Amino acid sequence: MSWLDRLLGRSPHVETSGEVAKRRLKVVLEYDRNQITPEELAKIRDDIIASISQHVSVVRDDVEIKLEPGGRLIAEIPLDQPSGARQSP
Amino acid sequence: MTARVITLTSGKGGVGKTTATANIGVALAQRGRKVVVIDGDIGLRNLDVVMGLENRVVYNLVHVVRGAVTAERALIRDKRVPGLMLLAADQHSDKDDVSEEDMRDACDALRDKADYVLIDSPAGIEQGYRNAIAPADEVILITTPEISAVRDADRVIGLTEAAGKPTPKLIINRIKQQLVARGDMMDTGDVHDILRIEVIGVVPEDEAIVAATNRGEPIALKNGSLTGQAFHNIAARIEGEEVDFVSLDGAQEGLLARLAGVFRGGAAQGGAS
Repeated sequence: MSWLDRLLGRSPHVETSGEVAKRRLKVVLEYDRNQITPEELAKIRDDIIASISQHVSVVRDDVEIKLEPGGRLIAEIPLDQPSGARQSP
Repeated sequence: MTARVITLTSGKGGVGKTTATANIGVALAQRGRKVVVIDGDIGLRNLDVVMGLENRVVYNLVHVVRGAVTAERALIRDKRVPGLMLLAADQHSDKDDVSEEDMRDACDALRDKADYVLIDSPAGIEQGYRNAIAPADEVILITTPEISAVRDADRVIGLTEAAGKPTPKLIINRIKQQLVARGDMMDTGDVHDILRIEVIGVVPEDEAIVAATNRGEPIALKNGSLTGQAFHNIAARIEGEEVDFVSLDGAQEGLLARLAGVFRGGAAQGGAS
């Protein structure tokens, strides 16, 4: 790809290593600042799975918990849908 | 005279604390201030060699703490810069031989003898760091634009505030402008975005620092280098002046590299918007 293409923004932006560093650092510091250890996060994940499983069936292995910038704990909980139901992506 | 006691610390080692302490000391003294620089790295003394004063060390901080000599008597005067004095560290003692109280006492004894007392903290967040910040009125935090150094700096901000000290001010050291232009190094804006404390200095990476340290001649002693100017600007900001940051464009790169940087910068903006 020529520099002209890049200049004109014709290509999808490729993240530079400086940008990667900043993104990784933000995530690391989010955990550092909130003093959440991986063990605690795993425990929170288990508790959430146990709690939600009382109501609906979830795909345990695909449940994801992460801390986002601004101190937001985000949980992604895919439900275990019966076969034949429309699949989520 | 009531000295301001300022501790320079970093968390991570090797980011340039000692070099910065020596150069800011030189710069403040060249502004006509009386400055004592203290090597807080007991057991790993280095500020004396960086300043080229190693052959003149007779007494050190541990002698002062043990009461063998007064703090004033232990000072080594730098003959190149009137008003600049060093209190060396002891190479044969241990960090635990000095307490936070000892450091406060030593600095208090110097308060009416200088305008500034600058303490070069050891790396880490253990006793040596705690000793170094104990007497501090102000703290300057040094980092480089690297993930590990910035992460450690973030931790030090928290610990310093928890110790009841004011929020540190930041020096971003060893910026490689060529890498920044290429997108391979975080720039000052990125580091500030993450740490969110006041930036008091921006210092480019400079090979001349190696030679200056080899000779024991802090780079701020000489005119004409961008890095020396960056340290003089920090001294001016410490004294409350508003000074523009040194322009890093053109630091260690030719016109072609700069042009390439402009094009990449343009592409990055286009892609992000």
